[in-house]
Amino acid sequence: MTQILVVAEHDNKTIKKATLNTVAAAQKLGGEIHVLIAGHQAGEAAKAAAQIPGVKKVLLADAPHLGEFLAENVAALLVQIAKNYSHVLAPATSNGKNVMPRVAALLDVQQISDISAVESADTFVRPIYAGNALATVKSKDSIKIITVRTTAFDAVPATGGNGTVETVQAPADSGLSSFVTREVSKSERPELTAAKIIVSGGRGMGSGDNFTKVLEPLADKLGAAMGASRAAVDAGFVPNDWQVGQTGKIVAPDLYVAVGISGAIQHLAGMKDSRVIVAINKDEEAPIFQVADFGVVGDLFQLVPSLVEELKK
Amino acid sequence: MKVLVGIKRVVDFNVKVRVKADGSGVETANVKMSMNPFDEIAVEEAVRLKESGAATEIVVVSCGPLACQETLRTALAIGADRAILVETQVELQPLAVAKLLKAVCLKEQPTLVILGKQAIDDDANQTGQMLSALMGWPQATFASKLKMEGEKAQVTREVDGGLETISIKLPAVVTTDLRLNEPRYVTLPNIMKAKKKTLENLKPEALGVDVSPRLSTLKVVEPGKRKAGVKVADVKALVEKLRNDAKVL
Repeated sequence: MTQILVVAEHDNKTIKKATLNTVAAAQKLGGEIHVLIAGHQAGEAAKAAAQIPGVKKVLLADAPHLGEFLAENVAALLVQIAKNYSHVLAPATSNGKNVMPRVAALLDVQQISDISAVESADTFVRPIYAGNALATVKSKDSIKIITVRTTAFDAVPATGGNGTVETVQAPADSGLSSFVTREVSKSERPELTAAKIIVSGGRGMGSGDNFTKVLEPLADKLGAAMGASRAAVDAGFVPNDWQVGQTGKIVAPDLYVAVGISGAIQHLAGMKDSRVIVAINKDEEAPIFQVADFGVVGDLFQLVPSLVEELKK
Repeated sequence: MKVLVGIKRVVDFNVKVRVKADGSGVETANVKMSMNPFDEIAVEEAVRLKESGAATEIVVVSCGPLACQETLRTALAIGADRAILVETQVELQPLAVAKLLKAVCLKEQPTLVILGKQAIDDDANQTGQMLSALMGWPQATFASKLKMEGEKAQVTREVDGGLETISIKLPAVVTTDLRLNEPRYVTLPNIMKAKKKTLENLKPEALGVDVSPRLSTLKVVEPGKRKAGVKVADVKALVEKLRNDAKVL
């Protein structure tokens, strides 16, 4: 019997979209789907999870020491619950990537990371070499511990279901680690991994100032999230959490606008699954044009402002 | 304080990988191999800890074929003190590597283990978390800043949407993210010195670890290629295409 547990990504009040993508992956396995909410004062998030169509039951583990999702405490909880399931899935977010291998090791299971397709209950496709190859792998383990590449699965609706909520007891605080602070980049913009439109800048932007002066008006006009190539991050133009690519975020928006980005393999690995790609670059030989649906060759400092003007029409 | 660093020999990050015609994997014969970039950051961080006086000895470990010796020599040239190769021809998966590193940790008793957050070949991102779980130690993954504070370490982590700082009790496992440091270039005198440093050779059987793979790879294929689109003359034409053809605006 296929019994699937999805580890939810949430903020104690609401469910993050990554959870809906992961439930979509779980549905491909066919079986009963439960969702785990591990958090503190997370009753609202549990209620929201119960609304997801196809979710039969929500397990709520609510304790102060689960509030910051520390790996040691969440893994101890999961190890206790996982034995009731054939599959445990989490989104490949920084939380999922942090916690799941710990659970897998404690269960003596070889985790399957970052799956992009489900072939059967024990066979999965996952990208390797930064997405330059796709491996189909089959697991021999009795419990499958899986992280899910969220951009590869279309999110299920957030509401329409009526699952039940059940409380589970969390093991005591491990005392091994403690939370100190969090610096969240404040922004009115949509989150990079959830945005429908992304405007991204590369080394060609020349400076961090130009991101504000030239690129931001375009992002504002489009209601887009802002991203960057690794070259722009390494040059210190923008913070690292803007980075799209193999070593940054994997995104797949409806529209990706690459400005002054040459299109290194490592960047393409992070955005090539976008529905429509636009490239603006002065070098007509730039590799970005090989993946772009629409390209404009020219000086970005002229093209981007006139694009903003054109969009206002 | 003894620091143990795990390193992996991988296809160099500049090489454009090719899938083998028979779909059994990626071509690695006659391809330039290097230290996994995240592991290089791990070695650099350990060397900086030693230079600041926080660490006294750095042991580097690699698991894999004999050729990993070359990678270990590079780590010794960066500044590690001695090296251990756990030699095997078996294809190692993260759980097996974590078990081998556990066996080495029990022998070496390090206070801190630093590993790269992921290897750029299998992109698994598991070994550090698995090792800390098997040791019953805390973990601090995706580190962009590491500060030793007596019996504890304070680690700033790269997480979705920003940074998070946690405090972990030692001994512990830390995995590196890109911004932790910029590894130094290896100099010729240090390469010469590295040749004289100790390199121990161990076998998984001697460590009592079963390394047989749990996942079997059924096939490896190239991803579907995107078709190059069209170049448009100006932004006016671009907006028209986006509105009317692609319908994304």
